Amino acid sequence: MTSSGYATERETTEGRVFTVTGGDWDTITGSIDPLSNEKIVVNMGPQHPSTHGVLRLVLELEGETVTEARCVIGYLHTGIEKNLEYRNWTQGTTFVTRADYLAPLFNEAGYVLGVEKLLGITDDITERAQTIRVLFMELNRISSHLVWLATAGMEIGAISMMLYGFREREYILDIFEETTGLRMNHAYFRPGGVANDIPESAIKKIRDFLVYMPKKLKEYEDLLSGQIIWQQRTQGVAVLDVTGCLALGITGPVLRSAGLAWDLRKTLPYSGYENYEFDVPTATTGDVWGRYQVRMAEMRESLKIVEQALDRLKPGPIFIADKKIAWPAQLALGVDGMGNSLEHVANIMGQSMESLIHHFKLVTEGFRVPAGQVYIGIEHPRGELGVHVVSDGGTHPYRVHMRDPSFVNLQAIPAMAEGALIADVIAGGASLDPVMGGCDR
Amino acid sequence: MSLESSEPVGAELGAPAQTPSSPHKGMFGIEGTGDVSGFGGLVRRKPDVVGSPKPYGSYFDEVTDALEEAYPGFADAIEKVVVDRDELTLHIVPEKIAEVAQIMRDDESLRFELCSSVSGVDYLNSDTRRLHVIYQLTSMTYRRRVRLEVAVPAGGSVPTVTSVYPTADWQEREAYDMFGVLFTGHPNLTRILMPDDWEGHPQLKDYPLGGVPVEYKGAEIPPPDQRRVYQ
Repeated sequence: MTSSGYATERETTEGRVFTVTGGDWDTITGSIDPLSNEKIVVNMGPQHPSTHGVLRLVLELEGETVTEARCVIGYLHTGIEKNLEYRNWTQGTTFVTRADYLAPLFNEAGYVLGVEKLLGITDDITERAQTIRVLFMELNRISSHLVWLATAGMEIGAISMMLYGFREREYILDIFEETTGLRMNHAYFRPGGVANDIPESAIKKIRDFLVYMPKKLKEYEDLLSGQIIWQQRTQGVAVLDVTGCLALGITGPVLRSAGLAWDLRKTLPYSGYENYEFDVPTATTGDVWGRYQVRMAEMRESLKIVEQALDRLKPGPIFIADKKIAWPAQLALGVDGMGNSLEHVANIMGQSMESLIHHFKLVTEGFRVPAGQVYIGIEHPRGELGVHVVSDGGTHPYRVHMRDPSFVNLQAIPAMAEGALIADVIAGGASLDPVMGGCDR
Repeated sequence: MSLESSEPVGAELGAPAQTPSSPHKGMFGIEGTGDVSGFGGLVRRKPDVVGSPKPYGSYFDEVTDALEEAYPGFADAIEKVVVDRDELTLHIVPEKIAEVAQIMRDDESLRFELCSSVSGVDYLNSDTRRLHVIYQLTSMTYRRRVRLEVAVPAGGSVPTVTSVYPTADWQEREAYDMFGVLFTGHPNLTRILMPDDWEGHPQLKDYPLGGVPVEYKGAEIPPPDQRRVYQ
């Protein structure tokens, strides 16, 4: 073992410790006597390109076989739940949107549905606002699945897939930007409706996207499905059956890949999903291959929902009629992003004192939410996103807990990885699609 | 909550306002400056959570009846049943939570196969047993949801439900990490989101949010937990 270069070693009470980067692996394995040192503990992460963000895996290996795997999380804990307790109910959306950064609109949806249920205004949300929410959630589902396909492809060695996946995702982010002013972290869904209406230009972009995307999905499948390496890296890898999924609380595409058609949009519908026609794709293999097929099929189903939502989009108000809750601002997209429309500012400052008072009170104080607690579960791209919202009757949330699917699903890593090869830890971990922003919150 | 010391504040000439810092008194949480708003003496009382009378409506009667039939210790284990906003909450005696969870999962007419979420809430100043642990159960067979809730004093312990729902493992660790609830019998009750050597439990209401003042265009804005807020 040479001490030059990057692969340094030191003796500790627990054994020899190596620091390895990239290609130094060979020098280490070459220097270890395979007879006396069969076991090796590898710290994968927290900054490892194949662990989807700052996830740390502690793997105990015998040769190339994983005998024990443990996840260490918390590296991206940002205290979102605690911070929410110091902001008013409307400001809450700007925080929750940052939890799972690949599915911001789902975080917002779960939170605002919770607040609306506490307020008892679930049925008063306008038709157009509901439709826009469904439309945007499904677009977001596609963009999230695209990132999954892109990163999972990269991790299993299909680098081109990474480029294609991110390229098409950009198309969706453009649509979001056109409407909300931001590519991510939109704070677009608000308690009572959505922040602003979809401009015509964005609707045209969505129509174009509906024509463009199916061809691309076909292209991905042409690229991957018949590929022998892709098949061998995914088929029969990281198998988890329905019993295992239920015990570990795994939901979403992973559960559906094991054969159980549990999708909250169908089974416990919300936001008017019962009015849309779509299927819940399942597979029976319960492996990475099955999850790949389920997610590909889900993107097609989402496109179907997006198309139906566009057809249902009738002109109308996008915010609840109750002026005690509706955000008083008239937002417009300026050159530097979303802000108050200048006409509205001129009006309340110069014309109507009452409007100004109303605006000031609602924006600085916010509305009060009657005391109580609710739990909302929605179908997030990764499984059930549960939001438990507690109010003490004040203008701030008393407690908000997000049951993030990434957090719960990561518990399956030991079940999937132990006894398998180290290379399959990467494929299995990727197939769970964990997003650490959501996991650690 | 009582109405103790609800004298008008700032009434004495020249004296600083004594707006109490309790989150349920006054309107702005100000201390040390004169409060001329007249709102400083406001006291907001929180109603106690009371049990709901039968019939509960929806599928809630079926669930409670099925549990009563399947579980002989029903009367001792259930503190109260609350139906609010179309959701059913069963308040359980902490020691019995694992037993109840077992029956909720296994009984044929209940079948709550999935434990969706476990989380904590800190009811500081409004409940003597301030820490509540909340279990959201989902029945995939019947497409129902139910909430179990237990309450313990600070640093109290609750039996783990990991033997019934292995998914509760990390979620109980999070509740321990954030609130300091001890789950007895948990296989590995360590911190999960905060570093191992962290002191305190950050989600407790008496744990400060922290932060630094921020300067913006010459004006200094205090950290979020020290700003004036409407309450």
